[in-house]
Amino acid sequence: MSALPLTPGRHAAPPPAGRSPWRLAGARLRHDRAALLGLAIVALFVLMALAAPLLTALNGHGPNEFHPEKIDDALAGAPRGSFGGIDAHFWLGAEPGTGRDVFSRMVYGARISLLISLLATAVATTAGTALGLTAGFAGGRTDLLISRVMDLVLSFPQLIFMIALVSVLPEANRTLELVLVMGFFGWPYIGRIVRGQTLSLRNREFVDAARATGMTRRRIVFHEVLPNLMAPVLVYATLTIPVNIGTEAALSFLGIGVRPPTASWGQMMSKAIGWYQVDPAYFVVPGVCLLLTVLAFTLLGDAFRDALDPRGGNR
Amino acid sequence: MIRYLALRLLGVAGVLLVICAATFTIFYVFPADPALQACGKSCTPERLAMLHHQMGLDRPLWRQFTDYLTGVLAGRTYGDGPHAVQCHFPCLGFSYQNDTPVWDLMMDRLPTTLSIAAGAALLWLAGGVAAGVLSALRKDTLLDRAMMVGTLTSASLPVYFTAMTLMVLVVQIGGLLPYSSYVPIGSDPVGWAKNLVLPWAALALLYAAMYARLTRASMVETMAEPFIRTARAKGLPERTVVVKHGLRAGLTPVFTVFGMDLGALLGGAVITESVFGLPGLGQLTIDAIDKSDQPVVMGVALLAAFFITFANLVVDLVYALLDPQVRYA
Repeated sequence: MSALPLTPGRHAAPPPAGRSPWRLAGARLRHDRAALLGLAIVALFVLMALAAPLLTALNGHGPNEFHPEKIDDALAGAPRGSFGGIDAHFWLGAEPGTGRDVFSRMVYGARISLLISLLATAVATTAGTALGLTAGFAGGRTDLLISRVMDLVLSFPQLIFMIALVSVLPEANRTLELVLVMGFFGWPYIGRIVRGQTLSLRNREFVDAARATGMTRRRIVFHEVLPNLMAPVLVYATLTIPVNIGTEAALSFLGIGVRPPTASWGQMMSKAIGWYQVDPAYFVVPGVCLLLTVLAFTLLGDAFRDALDPRGGNR
Repeated sequence: MIRYLALRLLGVAGVLLVICAATFTIFYVFPADPALQACGKSCTPERLAMLHHQMGLDRPLWRQFTDYLTGVLAGRTYGDGPHAVQCHFPCLGFSYQNDTPVWDLMMDRLPTTLSIAAGAALLWLAGGVAAGVLSALRKDTLLDRAMMVGTLTSASLPVYFTAMTLMVLVVQIGGLLPYSSYVPIGSDPVGWAKNLVLPWAALALLYAAMYARLTRASMVETMAEPFIRTARAKGLPERTVVVKHGLRAGLTPVFTVFGMDLGALLGGAVITESVFGLPGLGQLTIDAIDKSDQPVVMGVALLAAFFITFANLVVDLVYALLDPQVRYA
C-alpha cells in the first residue's frame, strides 16, 4: 500500500492564495459605493484643510481680513449683493458685520474642526483601548475598578461638564484643552467595547495555546489579543470622529470653543444666529460643511463595520 | 428584587455623590472668588470678609463640601446671628447673581425643558419606530434604501442648522408659525404647542433618524428568529406576527436607548434652548457658567445627573420585570 501523497498531484487545484482578513475587507470596501463616497468627501475636506493657505492665496483674502466695503451699513452690516455677497472674489460671500471672506473662514474652519475631532478621537481611542484591554485581560478587582469608572463617566451630564470644565480652565491652549476634555468623556465608549471583546478573546484556543507555549503575558497581550482588537477599534474610532466633530461645533457654537479670530464652523453657526433673518446664505455654508463631514465619516464607519464584520452586515 | 433595588439605589446615590464632588472640585481648583462677585463694585474688605463668612467660604474645603451635602439632604442655615438665612430642603444654595434659591430657579425652568423633551420624544419615538419597522419589513426595496439614506442624512444634521433652516422656511418665508417663545401649557395649551412645534421638530428629526436605524436593525434580526417562523407556521395573520411577536422583542433595545436619551435631555436641551431662545434648564446652565454662578451650575449638574442615573435605573428595572433571565448582579 502506498502512502498518501504529501504533495498535491498534477491535476489538483492550485493552493488558495492566502488572503488576510484585512485584504478581504479591503476588497469589500472597494465595491462599496457608500464607502467610496464617504472616503471621497473626507479626502476632499482633509485636502481643503491642508491646502487652506494655498486656497486663500488663490482668492486673495486671508480668513481674518476685514472688508468693510463688502457690507452695507444701511442694512446693519448685512453683506452687499445677493446670496450673502457672492461674487467673483468672494466665492461664498462675505461675513455679515465684518465683511470677512466666508470661503476663507470655511477652509480654515475645516482645519480646526478636523484637527480637534481627530486628536480627541485619538486620545479617546488610545485611553479606551488601553484601559478596556487592561480591564478585560486582568479581570478581578482591576476590571471592577475600571468598569465602575467607565459607568461613572458615562453617567455625567457630558455637555454641561464639558462647558463647565473648559470655561474654568486657564486660557493657555484652547485646542489642547478641548482635545483632552472631549477625549476624557469619550474613552469609556471605546473602553466598554474593547473590554467586552478582550473578555471573549481571553479564553479562546489560540490564546490558551500561546499561554501553553510559555509566552509572557506582555507578548500575549500585544501579539495575540491586541491585533484581534484592531478591527472593532478601527470601526468605533471612525464612528467617534463624527460625534466629536459635532461636539466641537456645539462647544464653539456655545462660545467656548477656540477663541476668535480663529475660524471654526460652530462659531460661524453661532454668529449666524443673529443674522439668519437678514442673511440666510451665511449659515448654510458652515451648516453644509458640518452635515457633509459628519455624514461622510458615518458612511465610512458603517462601511468599515460591514466590511470587517460580515456577519453583522445589513445592520 | 428588594435587595437588587436597594443596591441600585445605593449605586445611584454613589454616582450623584461623585458628581457632586467633581463639580465642587472643578469650581474650587480654578476659582473666581464668588464672594468678590457678590460684593459688587463698592466693595470694602470688611464687607468681603462678612460675605466670605456668610457664604461659608472661610471654612475648610471638606467642611464646605459636607455643608453642601447636608443642605441637599436636610436644608441648612447660612451665616449666624442676625444675618442668618434659612435655606430649606432641598437646599442647593443661593444664586450668586440674585440670591434666589437655586432649587426655585431650577423649578422655574424645568417646565420649559420638560415641554421640549416630552413633545420631541413623542415625535421621534413614533416617527423613528414607524420608519424603522416599515424599512425592516420592506428590507432591500427602494423604500428601504431611500429611508436609510434619509435617516443617515438627518442624523448628521446639527440641530442648530435644522433649527435655523426651519425658522427661515416655516416662520420667515412661510409665516406659518411664530418664532418660539415659552407659553405655559396651563394658560394657553394651543399657544404652548404652536410655540414648541419647531424645537420639537428640530430635535425629533435628529433623534428619529437614529431610532429608525436602530429599530430597523433590531427588527431585521428579530424577524429572522425561529419564533417568528413558528408564529407564522401557526397561521397567525402577518399583522399579529409583526405587532405582537416581532415588535415586542424587537423594541427592547430601542426602549433602552429611549430611556437614556430622555434622561439626558431632561437635564437641559442646551443647544436647542439656545437657538430658539427658550428659557429652560440648558439656558440657565449657560448663563450660570458665563457668570461663574457656581451654585447654579452645581445644582443643574446634579439634577441632570439625577435624571440620567434615574433613567438608567428605570430602564434596568423594567428590564428585570419583563425578562426574568436578567440577573440581579
